[in-house]
Amino acid sequence: MARVTIDGHTIEVPDGTTIVEAARKIGGDIVPPTMCYYSTLKTSGGYCRTCLVKVTKGSDKDPRPMPKLVVACRQTVMDGMEVQNITSPEVLEAREGVVEFLLLNHPLDCPVCDQAGECDLQDLSYEHGDEGTRTVFRRRTFPMRDIGDKIKLHMNRCIMCYRCVKVAEQLCPERVHGVLNRGWDAEISTYIEKAIDNEWSGNMIDVCPVGALTDKTFRFKSRVWFTKPLDAHRDCDVCCGRVALWVSGDAVLRVTGRKGVYHEIENTEDGKPGWICNTCRFEKKNLSDWVIEGPRHIDRHSVISQNHYEQLKQLKQDLSRQKLIGEKAHNN
Amino acid sequence: MPILHIAQAEFDGWLSPEVMDYVASILRIQPIEVYEVATFYTMFNLKPVGKCLIEVCHTGPCWLMGAEDVVRYIEKKLGIKNGETTADGMFTLKTVECLASCGTAPMMQIGETYHENLTLEKVDTILEEHKNAGVRRTHWEKEKIKS
Amino acid sequence: MGRQLLLDNLDKPGINTLSGYQETGGYESLRKALQMKPEDIVAEVQKSGLRGRGGAGFPTGMKWSFLAKPPGEPRYLICNADESEPGTFKDRYLMQRKPHILIEGMIISSFALGANTSYIYIRGEMMYVYHILQKAIDEAYAAGYLGKNILGSGFDLDLHVHCGAGAYICGEETALLESLEGKRGNPRIKPPFPAVKGLWGCPTVVNNVETIAAVVPIIRITGEEYAKIGIGKSTGTKLISASGHINKPGVYEIELGVPVEEFIYSDQYCGGIRNGKKLKAVVAGGSSVPVLPADLILKTANGEPRLMTYESLADGGFATGTMLGSGGFIVMDEDTSVVKNVWNFSRFYHHESCGQCSPCREGTGWMYKILSRLLDGKGETKDIDLLWDIQRKIEGKTICPFGDAAAWPVAAAIRHFRSEFEQYIDKGNSDVKHYYRINNLQES
Repeated sequence: MARVTIDGHTIEVPDGTTIVEAARKIGGDIVPPTMCYYSTLKTSGGYCRTCLVKVTKGSDKDPRPMPKLVVACRQTVMDGMEVQNITSPEVLEAREGVVEFLLLNHPLDCPVCDQAGECDLQDLSYEHGDEGTRTVFRRRTFPMRDIGDKIKLHMNRCIMCYRCVKVAEQLCPERVHGVLNRGWDAEISTYIEKAIDNEWSGNMIDVCPVGALTDKTFRFKSRVWFTKPLDAHRDCDVCCGRVALWVSGDAVLRVTGRKGVYHEIENTEDGKPGWICNTCRFEKKNLSDWVIEGPRHIDRHSVISQNHYEQLKQLKQDLSRQKLIGEKAHNN
Repeated sequence: MPILHIAQAEFDGWLSPEVMDYVASILRIQPIEVYEVATFYTMFNLKPVGKCLIEVCHTGPCWLMGAEDVVRYIEKKLGIKNGETTADGMFTLKTVECLASCGTAPMMQIGETYHENLTLEKVDTILEEHKNAGVRRTHWEKEKIKS
Repeated sequence: MGRQLLLDNLDKPGINTLSGYQETGGYESLRKALQMKPEDIVAEVQKSGLRGRGGAGFPTGMKWSFLAKPPGEPRYLICNADESEPGTFKDRYLMQRKPHILIEGMIISSFALGANTSYIYIRGEMMYVYHILQKAIDEAYAAGYLGKNILGSGFDLDLHVHCGAGAYICGEETALLESLEGKRGNPRIKPPFPAVKGLWGCPTVVNNVETIAAVVPIIRITGEEYAKIGIGKSTGTKLISASGHINKPGVYEIELGVPVEEFIYSDQYCGGIRNGKKLKAVVAGGSSVPVLPADLILKTANGEPRLMTYESLADGGFATGTMLGSGGFIVMDEDTSVVKNVWNFSRFYHHESCGQCSPCREGTGWMYKILSRLLDGKGETKDIDLLWDIQRKIEGKTICPFGDAAAWPVAAAIRHFRSEFEQYIDKGNSDVKHYYRINNLQES
């Protein structure tokens, strides 16, 4: 076990825990924001540099501070380590710089972006960015691509977090997309417009922190904050079948995995991440396909976390009534 | 990567998607893994190039010593812009970053050969020679001829 | 001219062949080393005070002693011959002229570290050097210096040369490992360090060509003797690649401690500035290190003469000093525009960034565009401050030292030559050659 102090809060965590994981155990404002780190994807993290923190004391054994800021998502804790996150002006300034770099070539097309309202980059720039923009240059652009018939790739919005590549590597039987070119021109692509066609590819949409990968069955249907999230499940022989439905009226506009506080897919009872298959995600768009569990509480800090829909006590009953109607119609 | 070098030399000096798929099938890896690697390194050409690829260094010391003039001279002489290939498919001109020959700047590389301490007259002679030779000579091809 | 430990006998015909190299005492150090215990060789290198010649200047003996030695796991030694730092060409010169000294150094070092498979990672552009090395390795195999049971010592070593394919970033040691494994040259996130988990997840040491070659004379003359050369912690000899506006560009082997002034003006070395011009500025250790104006490169801020040592060049920190780096000594005369030079370097870094982490991917391109605009006569005063701010936000925030390398030249140019930047703005003078504007600038 190792005792680590982050912004004055001390916690004991198992050896090998990263600073981010330790901070998440403490919770609150002191958790460094992450754009590329995803706890359930191996080797993720380290790229975006938003989680940079200052280590003011290395450990009890070696109390020297670390000379540079370190990435909290990859740096493991040592016994006696002291970390400064929001209490260090240096960290905050560096983070502001990273936000500016991430937005430098971002199209800022939030008004027409389906991710708006649940976008990590939006949240990050509100909380850690500076006002205004200092670049005067034309932003980098890429053509829009379809990867498969269900997923749209807006490379312009991409921040190169590599999460979708890790999904393809770790969930899908074979990887057909990856990072091409380098530096400024690096892009996510299949190179020869190959379709991504396997049962798990839709999870890329869930892990994308921005609107670079979007669900084509949901594009431009509704703003996310006008839809109501419901927990639901079905018996699926491919995946766990536990999803969040995003409904408007009695229409299921979108199906996603269930995401927790840090916008990551929650684990199911067996302790594994609740990734969902493409059949559940793209094809089961009737309420009658699902067993509704109730409104989903959104913990995450964003527009949709107002949770106003939870006030509607009537909702659940309404929905089960509608479901019955739907089933009847279906049976007829 | 050695396989990509060989493939590029064997198939007209550039890597088409078909060639890369073929490399992937030999190595039993996903084609995308080959694309990722091929697009990362500047020495792999993903578009057809001329028989004679002229690579002029334009970084730091070479630039101090007048690499720009060399580039513009070749452009004018061959009637192509940087990155283009002559109509007869003979020459492709490319500017590249440092080739570690800064003491003998300015310099350019054609095939595997370094041409150093360039002057405009020297460029003339070199281009003339290559025009007459008319073939690409890479190591792999030379090996092939030998065997 | 001081002692020549690496470049001695360079003019001897046939020095590039095995027989020629042996006639000058080649492979004698190997015979001596094989009689020693591996840990004694490491101790000898530690005694010599040899520091990494690739740029960072980390003590080699210490690096070797960090190598993890889990039982049953192979260890690797890799020679970094991906010499791509603008202004540096010493390794190419050495490998081309005297390939066997590198091979001998590789065998001794591998023996010291207990590595049975070693690699030389050479950049793909130097294909002809690759053939020279390969030929030399074949000779060494035939002579029994490589392969099984080397010279009856029971030590086995296989040495391979691996070709890169055009990426500056592969000179960074973890990117090099990725590239050697056949992947994109994306630097790894540290820790773990290569000494613990390197090539194929096994303990690995990566050393520069010159560092490994220097092991040969160290074994020959002993570490103690080697440490007597040079000043303080800068021991031994160093290859300096001199280029730019000087009368005699080329590779020089100096004893560390030569005054910079002597190095530039003496006929033994650079032979003064070309065409009798005045010295304006020097980039002392390859494009990444801060540029210094003439007065500060010749004398430190305290007025002491600056010497060619790690410490003296770094005297005064970055405010008034620089670094020895890889020894890429680029000299600029009075007619040179420092702004244009830094613009050129910024294009290089923009082109070579791997694109993995955001500050470097976006920041290098942004700096390049701002500098292009400045040279195009459309700059504003606030652009200089903006550049300063950007470089500050890149430095130290990236996965690998590439970010620092991209930031330092810009920072130093602004620090020492701010007035020159201002001139471009005041005059509104359009100074980038038309050609570059068309080809390289996508501006709004």
